Amino acid sequence: MVDFWSSYAWPTVIILIQILAIVLPLLLAVAYLTYAERKVMAAMQMRRGPNVVGWWGLLQPIADGLKLMFKETIIPSGASRIPFLVAPMITFTLSLIAWAAIPFGEGIVIADLNVGILYLFAISSLGVYGVVVAGWASNSKYPFLGALRSAAQMVSYEVSIGFVLVTVLLCVGSLNLSDVVRAQQSIWFVVPLLPMAVIFFISALAETNRPPFDLPEAESELVAGYFSEYSAMTFALFFLGEYANIWLMSAMTSLLFLGGWLPIFGWEPFADGSVGQIIWHGLWFAAKIGFVAFCFLWVRATFPRYRYDQLMRLGWKVFLPVSLAAVVVTSGVLVFFDLLPNK
Amino acid sequence: MNELLREYLPVLIFIIVAAGLSGIMVIASLVLARQKPDSEKLSPYECGFEAFDDARRQFDVRFYLVSILFIIFDLEVAFLFPWAVSLSNIGMFGFWSMMIFLGVLTIGFIYEWKKGALEWE
Repeated sequence: MVDFWSSYAWPTVIILIQILAIVLPLLLAVAYLTYAERKVMAAMQMRRGPNVVGWWGLLQPIADGLKLMFKETIIPSGASRIPFLVAPMITFTLSLIAWAAIPFGEGIVIADLNVGILYLFAISSLGVYGVVVAGWASNSKYPFLGALRSAAQMVSYEVSIGFVLVTVLLCVGSLNLSDVVRAQQSIWFVVPLLPMAVIFFISALAETNRPPFDLPEAESELVAGYFSEYSAMTFALFFLGEYANIWLMSAMTSLLFLGGWLPIFGWEPFADGSVGQIIWHGLWFAAKIGFVAFCFLWVRATFPRYRYDQLMRLGWKVFLPVSLAAVVVTSGVLVFFDLLPNK
Repeated sequence: MNELLREYLPVLIFIIVAAGLSGIMVIASLVLARQKPDSEKLSPYECGFEAFDDARRQFDVRFYLVSILFIIFDLEVAFLFPWAVSLSNIGMFGFWSMMIFLGVLTIGFIYEWKKGALEWE
């Protein structure tokens, strides 16, 4: 019995505390990303943005959340009820669980998976299920068309994201995300792999259905795309999932290309392994994630929406050949100049 | 606890917590908010018209085509992952085998392109 407590129950409690320590700040960050988006876009369009609820409108996301909580959940008469309710849960759950493998500092990670990158890739591939199930279960025309478009778009850009990940893997020689960051000790991968970083960022925009690739929810054509029929909390879960995915993609970009928690120019004012260093690294990681997330908002305020054929052309005829060629070139350079890791 | 469990137990618990959280949010909203459905409210949205017919009908074959192409290339990526990690151990033989494999796939890709499978107009 003692053995059970010390070897199973107690570690489980610690894991639960760790998970809550990530999920709660994450949900707050997701709520405030919607606020940041409205404020940033307002500033870029010379408006004030939300400024009524709380100081500078700071309580706006809370008020929005509460309002959605107390709205009526409408399930259309023709819909398949269970899949209709489960679809937003799938999206939301998937956008949270990917954070299990994200390292926030040296050893600060819930599950230090050996196959971290593969795990993230798998989770982001599963994201398409929430969309397809929602579109199908609604049994309504706009959500159906939106889900089809969205699914095709997500799988198209999934492929080039996969190839970009492989080029990074070639330079790292490991699938572990902490190893990816350690391998950037001398130089961040954004320098040698700049084209790949750009392709990854643009594919991330398409993968999260963000403007200029927000075809699935192009208001002027498809109302709200795959979540046209959703209301109240089921809608909120899609919304939160989408913004959590923006944070996730920002974190992945930071880890893969911007050196994760490593400060610029190896600037380490704190002793190795001290608490100060852990906080210092955490702040750098947060700053990088924040910068990439800001780019997501910036792109939205800057570019007009793509047409669907342009979107598919970019994915299949530009990014796929370029990223495939990049895998060949990167591996060729590493092999013939004898630069491979793990030698 | 053994090694495998120590690595993956947190993921399992995380999945349970996240799924539970989303379930609670939906159910709490269903319980807390006043539900007053009527037939107009529950009809599928179609810009104010009565729905003409069922939404689940034929759609463009291109969407199938895209998903089939996706499966081919995603499998390719799945083969590339272990190759990329172990490239330093498998030497020139491993490198050239994968290059031949990629070459074959590229020929297939060029064929698709010429056939117009990637065209959307």
